[in-house]
Amino acid sequence: MSGSDLLLKAEGIQKSYGGVLALHDGCIELCAGTVHALCGGNGAGKSTFLNILMGLEAPDSGRIWLNGSETRFASPASALAAGIAIITQELSPVPDMTVAENIFLGRESRRAGWFVNQTVMRRKAAELLERLNFAVDPRVKMRRLSLGQIQLVEIAKAIDQRSSVLIMDEPTSAIGDKETAVLFDAIRQLKSAGVGIIYVSHRLSELFSIADEYTVFRDGGFVRTGLMKDIDRDELIRLIVGGSLIDQQCAATEPEKATLLEVQGYSRAGEFEDINLSLKSGEIVGLYGLMGAGRSEFASSLYGISRRNRGRLVMDGAEVEINSPGDALKFRIAMITEDRKASGLFLSQSVRKNISLTSLSSLSRRSFINERKEKAVAQRMIERFHIKVRTRDQPVRQLSGGNQQKVLFARSLTTSPRILICDEPTRGIDEGAKREIHAFLAEFAAQGNAVLMISSEVQEILASCNRVVVFRHGRQVAESPVTRITPELLLHWAS
Amino acid sequence: MTTSTKQMGRAGARSRTLGSLGQLFARYGIVIALGLIVLALSVLSDNFLTSGNLTNVLRQVSINGILAVGMTFVILTGGIDLSIGSVLALTGMVGASLVVGSKPHSPILAILAALAVGVVAGACSGIFIAWVRLPAFVVTLGMLSAVRGLTLIYSQGMPISNLSSGFKFLGQGTFLGIPVSVVLFGATALAAWVVLAYTVYGRRVYAVGGNMRSAHTCGINVRGIIFSVYALMGLLSALAGVTLTARTTAALPQAGVAYELDAIAAVVIGGTSLTGGIGGIPLTVVGVLIIGLLNNGLDLLGISSYYQQVIKGLMIVAAVLIDKARHADAA
Repeated sequence: MSGSDLLLKAEGIQKSYGGVLALHDGCIELCAGTVHALCGGNGAGKSTFLNILMGLEAPDSGRIWLNGSETRFASPASALAAGIAIITQELSPVPDMTVAENIFLGRESRRAGWFVNQTVMRRKAAELLERLNFAVDPRVKMRRLSLGQIQLVEIAKAIDQRSSVLIMDEPTSAIGDKETAVLFDAIRQLKSAGVGIIYVSHRLSELFSIADEYTVFRDGGFVRTGLMKDIDRDELIRLIVGGSLIDQQCAATEPEKATLLEVQGYSRAGEFEDINLSLKSGEIVGLYGLMGAGRSEFASSLYGISRRNRGRLVMDGAEVEINSPGDALKFRIAMITEDRKASGLFLSQSVRKNISLTSLSSLSRRSFINERKEKAVAQRMIERFHIKVRTRDQPVRQLSGGNQQKVLFARSLTTSPRILICDEPTRGIDEGAKREIHAFLAEFAAQGNAVLMISSEVQEILASCNRVVVFRHGRQVAESPVTRITPELLLHWAS
Repeated sequence: MTTSTKQMGRAGARSRTLGSLGQLFARYGIVIALGLIVLALSVLSDNFLTSGNLTNVLRQVSINGILAVGMTFVILTGGIDLSIGSVLALTGMVGASLVVGSKPHSPILAILAALAVGVVAGACSGIFIAWVRLPAFVVTLGMLSAVRGLTLIYSQGMPISNLSSGFKFLGQGTFLGIPVSVVLFGATALAAWVVLAYTVYGRRVYAVGGNMRSAHTCGINVRGIIFSVYALMGLLSALAGVTLTARTTAALPQAGVAYELDAIAAVVIGGTSLTGGIGGIPLTVVGVLIIGLLNNGLDLLGISSYYQQVIKGLMIVAAVLIDKARHADAA
C-alpha cells in the first residue's frame, strides 16, 4: 500500500455465534491520515468486525496490532483509552442533558474535584462545535434536537476524544446533504491531523468523495482491498454483491392519467404550509428536501399519525377524512415510517406476526386468528421479498437491517394498498436489498398504484422516481419530472 | 405452541450444541423450577402429595391467580396496576352488602354489582392512563389509596358478615368435586390464554406493549387497548373480591392489602417482561403455582413465614435473572 504509517492492522479475525460463523476472515490495514471505506452488504460481517475492533466482543481467533504492537481489547473503555473511538449507527444520547453535557459525558470538567463545571464545559463544547462548523447550540437539551443534529453531536463527541483511530458506522444515514458536506469538512480536518478513519456507509457515492482506500467483505470474509482511485462504482458494487444481481430497474413506465390522491392546501403550524400535490396511477413521486424541511411531518399527517391544521384530501374525486393510521389503511394508504425500529417493527416478535399485524381482521373469523391462513400469507411475503429467515417465527430483532425493512414492505402489502408512502425506504441497508426494494416499488407502481417516496439521496430520487417535489423550510418550492433535473438543480432548490 | 415446537425441532436439527441445552433451560427454567419444588416437597413432607393438601394449595392460589391473569394483560401493555388490592376490597364489600340482612338480594345480582364496580374502578385508571397519559404507576398508586378510602367510607370501617348461603357457595362450594374458586381461576386463565394467544385483540395487546409507536402506525387503537386492559383488570379484581369474601364468609375493609405485589410477583416469575410485549398466561400460572407451593410447602415444613418472605424475594430476582439470560440469548 502507500508509504504512510500503518496505524491499525487486523488479520484473520474469526467469530461465530452459537455455532454460526459470522466472520471467518476479517482483516484491514489502516494507515494514519487516511479514510478507509469498509464495504459489504448486510450480513457481510462488518458490524461483527467493528465490534471486535472496539472490544465489545472477543474474537474466536485472529490478531490485532495497534501502532505496531499486538493488542486485544477487553472492553470499549480500554479501546477508547488506546485511542480507538467509534460513532455507531445506533445513537445513544441522554435526552434530558444538554449538548455540552452529552459531549463531555463521563469526562466532565470539574471544579474542586467533585462539582461539574458547567461554564467551562459549555465554553469548550461551543469551541468544538464552532471549529467543526456544526450548527448546534451547546446549551439546548438533546431532546430538542433533530436526528441529524444528534448525529453531529455524537460525531463531535467522538472527535473530541482525540483518538488516533476513528470508526464511523453509517454516520450520514440520518443526515441530509448539507450536513454531510459539513461532516466531510470535519473528516478532512481529522485526516490532515493524522487520524485514521474507518468509514462504513451504504451510500457509495459518498465513499468516492471521501475515502482513500477500501476493503470489501462479503459473507463474513475478506474479498479485496485497494485504493479508491483504482476502482469505479460498478466494480465496487460487483465486489459487494458478488455480481449476481440484475441491473437496477429504471422506473421508465409512463404514468397513466388517473389521479388517485390529491392533497389540497395541507398545513400544520410550524411544520409545513400549504402543500398541494397529486399522485397519479403508476407514478412514483419523490419528496426531496434537506433535514427539517417538513417532508416526514407532511407524510405523517397524510397518513394520519399527526393531525393537520388545514387542508383537504381528495381520493377518486371524493373528499376523505384521515385522522388516524386506521383511517388511512381503510382508504388503502400504507406507510413505511422513517425509523423502522422506533415506529415500524415489533422487534421481539416473530417475522410472521410482524407481517400480519395490519391485516389480522381479514385473517380472522369472529376475532379468532386463522393461523394457517396467517402462516400462508407470511410465507408468501417472505418468498416474495426474499426475506432471509431461519423460520418465519424468528424474532425480527435477529434480522439484518435490509431484511427488517423488507418485513415492513411485506406488512404494508398485506392490506393491498393503492398508495404507498415510504420515508427513506433504503436508509442504512445494503446494496442488494436496496435494489430489490427499488424494483418492488417500480413493480408496485406499474400495477396502477402510486408511491410517495421521501428520500435524502439524490441518486435514489433520480433513479427511481417519475416526478419530484422539493420542500424547503416547510414549503413546497419546486416540482418537476425527473427527466428534466440534475443533482445540482435538486440541491439548489432544496437549499 | 405447535409452532414453537416445530421451530425448535428445525433449529435443533441445524445445530445440536450445548448452547441449545442452555437455551432450553432458559426458556423453561421456571417450569423446571416448579418441578423441582414439587419433587423436593414430596420427598421432604409426607403430607404434601395428598389430594387434600393439593386442593388446599389450589384454593389458596386461586385469588392471586385470578389477579395475576389480569395483571398479565396490564404488564403486557407495559403498564402496571397497583390498585387491585383496594378494588378487591371495595367490590367484596359491595357484594357482601347486598347479601346480608333480613331480605338479602340474589347472589347473582350482588356479584354483577360487584363486577360492575370493579369495571368502573378499572376504567377510571384506564381513562387517566390512556387518554390523559399519566404514568400507570402514579395513577394506580392514587387509586390504591382512593379506593381503599371509599371502601372504608362505604363500610364505615366495619366488616360485613352473615352472608347468605347462596353467595358463600362461590367461596366454599364445589363443582364436580373441585372448589368453585379453583374452577373460577382455571376458567379465567383458560379464557385469558385463548384470548392472548389466538385472537386479534390478544395480538394487539402484545403489539401495544411491544412498541407503542409501531402499533399506532399499524392503525391499532392504542388508547382503546390500554383502556381495556385496566377495565379488564378491574373486572378480575372484582371477581377475586367476591370470591375471597365468599370464602372468608365476611367482607373486611382491610382485605387485599398488598395483594398487588403477589400478583406482580407471579407475572414476573412467569417471565413476562415489565417493559411489555413479552410473556403470556401459561407461565403466569406457573408463577402463581410456585408462589403458592412455596407458601404451602414451607408451612408444611414448619419454616417461619418470615423466611418465606425472604425466599419469595430471592425467587423473584432469580426469575428476572433467568429472563435476562434468555434475552441475551435471543439478541
